[in-house]
Amino acid sequence: MIAETTKKALQALFPEPAAAVEEIPASPETEEADKAPKKEAGPRPNGVIERDYAVHGYHLDAQVAVDQLIDAVNIVDQNEFFIETITGVDWIKEGEFEVIYDFSRYDFEVCRVVIRTRVPRDNPQVPTITGIYAGANWHERETHDFFGIKFEGHPHLIPLLLPEDADFHPLRKDFKP
Amino acid sequence: MSKPIELRPDETFVVNVGPQHPATHGVLRVKMRMDGEYIVEAETVIGYIHRMHEKMGELKTYPQFLMNLSRMDYLGAMGYCHGHVLCVEKAAGIEVPERAEYIRVIMVELNRIASHLFWFGAFVMDLGGFSPLMYALQDREYILDMMESVTGSRLTYCYFRFGGLYNDIDDEFIAAARRFIPRMRKSMAKYEKLVTGNVIFRKRLEGNAFLSKEVCRKYGASSAVARGSGINFDVRKNEPYSVYPEFNFDIPVFHECDSLARYNVRMAEIEQSLRIVEQALDKLPDGPIMPAKAPKIIKPNAGDYYQAVETARGSFGVRLVSDGGKTPYRLKLRSPTYSNMHLFDETCTGMMIMDALAFMGSLDLVIPEIDR
Repeated sequence: MIAETTKKALQALFPEPAAAVEEIPASPETEEADKAPKKEAGPRPNGVIERDYAVHGYHLDAQVAVDQLIDAVNIVDQNEFFIETITGVDWIKEGEFEVIYDFSRYDFEVCRVVIRTRVPRDNPQVPTITGIYAGANWHERETHDFFGIKFEGHPHLIPLLLPEDADFHPLRKDFKP
Repeated sequence: MSKPIELRPDETFVVNVGPQHPATHGVLRVKMRMDGEYIVEAETVIGYIHRMHEKMGELKTYPQFLMNLSRMDYLGAMGYCHGHVLCVEKAAGIEVPERAEYIRVIMVELNRIASHLFWFGAFVMDLGGFSPLMYALQDREYILDMMESVTGSRLTYCYFRFGGLYNDIDDEFIAAARRFIPRMRKSMAKYEKLVTGNVIFRKRLEGNAFLSKEVCRKYGASSAVARGSGINFDVRKNEPYSVYPEFNFDIPVFHECDSLARYNVRMAEIEQSLRIVEQALDKLPDGPIMPAKAPKIIKPNAGDYYQAVETARGSFGVRLVSDGGKTPYRLKLRSPTYSNMHLFDETCTGMMIMDALAFMGSLDLVIPEIDR
């Protein structure tokens, strides 16, 4: 139920091409089929995909453009999800960082939502969501520590886990310890 | 002669709690701006024992990383190992024999009891009562001895393998576990009399640090912090994993939203864990503890996977991004206390410093798990 409502609300962010995006995951259920289109299709287009929970451990997977992020998180917030975590992935071959936001629910309608967005590696800037989820504060600072992704509008973007004078970002793939 | 110091009525000063302070249970620092005894503003500073487990995860192969998980949380290590192996097994499609999964649950629940016992002792000690810690450690020692006989270590276990376990449990362990259950129930009655019913203790905690449901949601709190605020959330029930659906147990929820509610939740959880262990020992199936064809080299399919488990401290999540190689492309460890501690800054504003320290105790902090 809640998965449907959230999916519809998130899909509204993608006015035209959303229908086209949906066809990719519609048929594949097995693992092989699931990863096959990923490899061939190259960069994944923005849109909402319903994932097989038994395989991936989450239900909805929404890739959004950076300027849609706040809207997407607002939708999740309105549907009473709690914030699980924020993290990044360094896709160095594609020259991009991926920022991943995990959300889940407190009630018994299990629904895990993943919102992801991609930013260029040479100028990684994402708007902060601390205005919506106060608990995003530390998660964003941690992601800034590890990847050097700047969260615009963050109230206190100083090193959290790394030393206060750290100028390196250890989870970047080109980081040499 | 120097003049005596005079504070202006509106003057505030900064107090550093930690990084070396008994009440923080580790190297945690809270910068508090005080107005007399009241906190005007607090900022938690973490990262003193940050070890970058996530980078180690990328550099090591999957089996090499197994032992790192128990170094995250030294009090409830089994739960963290469980989350990690479940995530990798899901990603690599490894089947786990039923007996192994039962033994895992027994171990995780015993470890949860041990962790709650230690928290109970330390928390009451924070409030000024020393002897409950000694009783709690005595009971905990019994569990640690039992687990040492099977796993070979007392705190930092490396017991789970992908697909099963390192060692089977023997009759001696089962007998010890059966002896432990009534012993623990007796102890619980003792704690009830000694601490829970104590008027001074109750007055100290009732109404201390009100945490609304909304604050819990915005910060992603879990474990007793959420359940003490009337949120019926436990990953074991909400998102059943492993063999938990086979057991009959309740999730204790208290609606008072104060520190006493968080205390009550954990104490009630010990009884529920005992029930799970009891049932698991009764139902324990025979069979192998490792699958016949356990892969030597773990290579999960490319893609990303998430697995959440309920540890002693809350909802622990592993996000694994794999590119099909021998090492993870990215391994994110979502630690529950990180979120639970985060709401401290906002909540303790306006509280008296001693109340804030009682609140900090009720969050059940393990610092290496926050810092990772």
